[in-house]
Amino acid sequence: MEYIIIIISAVLVNNIVLAKFLGICPFMGVSNKLDTSIGMGIAVIFVMILSTTVTFILHKYVLSPLNLEFLKTISFILVIAALVQTVEIILKKTSPSLYQALGIFLPLITTNCTILGVALLTIQKNYNIAEAVVFSASNGLGFTLALIIFSSIREQIELSDVPETMKGIPIAFVTAGLLAMAFMGFANIVK
Amino acid sequence: MNQIKNFTKGFLKENPIFVLVLGMCPALGTSSSALNGLGMGLATTFVLVMSNIVISIIARWIPNKVRIPSYIVVIATFVSIVDLLMKAYTNTPGPNGEPSLYDQLGIFIPLIVVNCIVLARAEAFASKNDIISSAIDGLGIGLGFTMALFLLGSIRELLGNMSILNHKFIKDDGILLFVLAPGAFITLGFLIAIMRKITAKIYKNK
Repeated sequence: MEYIIIIISAVLVNNIVLAKFLGICPFMGVSNKLDTSIGMGIAVIFVMILSTTVTFILHKYVLSPLNLEFLKTISFILVIAALVQTVEIILKKTSPSLYQALGIFLPLITTNCTILGVALLTIQKNYNIAEAVVFSASNGLGFTLALIIFSSIREQIELSDVPETMKGIPIAFVTAGLLAMAFMGFANIVK
Repeated sequence: MNQIKNFTKGFLKENPIFVLVLGMCPALGTSSSALNGLGMGLATTFVLVMSNIVISIIARWIPNKVRIPSYIVVIATFVSIVDLLMKAYTNTPGPNGEPSLYDQLGIFIPLIVVNCIVLARAEAFASKNDIISSAIDGLGIGLGFTMALFLLGSIRELLGNMSILNHKFIKDDGILLFVLAPGAFITLGFLIAIMRKITAKIYKNK
């Protein structure tokens, strides 16, 4: 039951993009086409679960016992950067087809603030390891859901008549605002 | 003369928010009031100036292949400094029990590390220029970012709460939507459109 609450809360109620404002750059950047946003979403879910698990272990068994918690920003970002690099190399060697699909998104993910954000949020919420994995997976899922809905809408906007000054980024932000308003309907489902 | 241009470009011509559209997460997440926007902007400015200075000094000794991770370590160091400083000095709750600035900015302080503006300036400017122009560039871009955040925060606070910097002008509840998430997106969208129109006009007249 607890896991279901974590999932619903992270995917719908506190959606990482539309309610917590993390990962806006990829949300705006790769949402022009539905195909690329699906690829990006899957890559984010994958890296997010992996990096949150590793940073969680790092925090619990290294930083916390040694009273080095003030180093968590530096150590987390380094671990995430190294991890993404490693995943990229492994994928290239072992599974070229998966690399073809996800490869171009991986370098972008290092500077995606959702990854570091979720790693830090997990520490803040005092989850145990199983909850941390579920939390990171559902945040990745929430990101993907928002990205897929948003890119489908943007494909439609391409075809419609938008005023000259609102073209491109401004209309995308207004659309995201309306989408966020729709997601507000989920508020108060769970605490 | 050149340095003045170097400083002022961050405000209009290369404004990180309105023109380059970088660093959107803190811009949306911390602009629920004018004060929060100002706090976040100044914290980012500090990191920008300091990391630009350090990177312009050490860039010539960093091998090309590991430059991005090295820049990130430098930036992360200054972000940790800001985080600890803000925890020490801006962590007192308000008079009516509202959360402190440190609590309100919350996770967005450590996330300055992954703010694209900081890394973009390190890579595009500081690694190729001398210390003084890098520091001025960081200050200009940082203050341009602060200005944008303050503007966005003021508009949202005015519409959502009928106040600016906690001074209430009209004794009435505002439109709560503008303090919440949807208001952030919509306000920023219109603000970028207005800024585009203004800058287009200025550069046409020149």
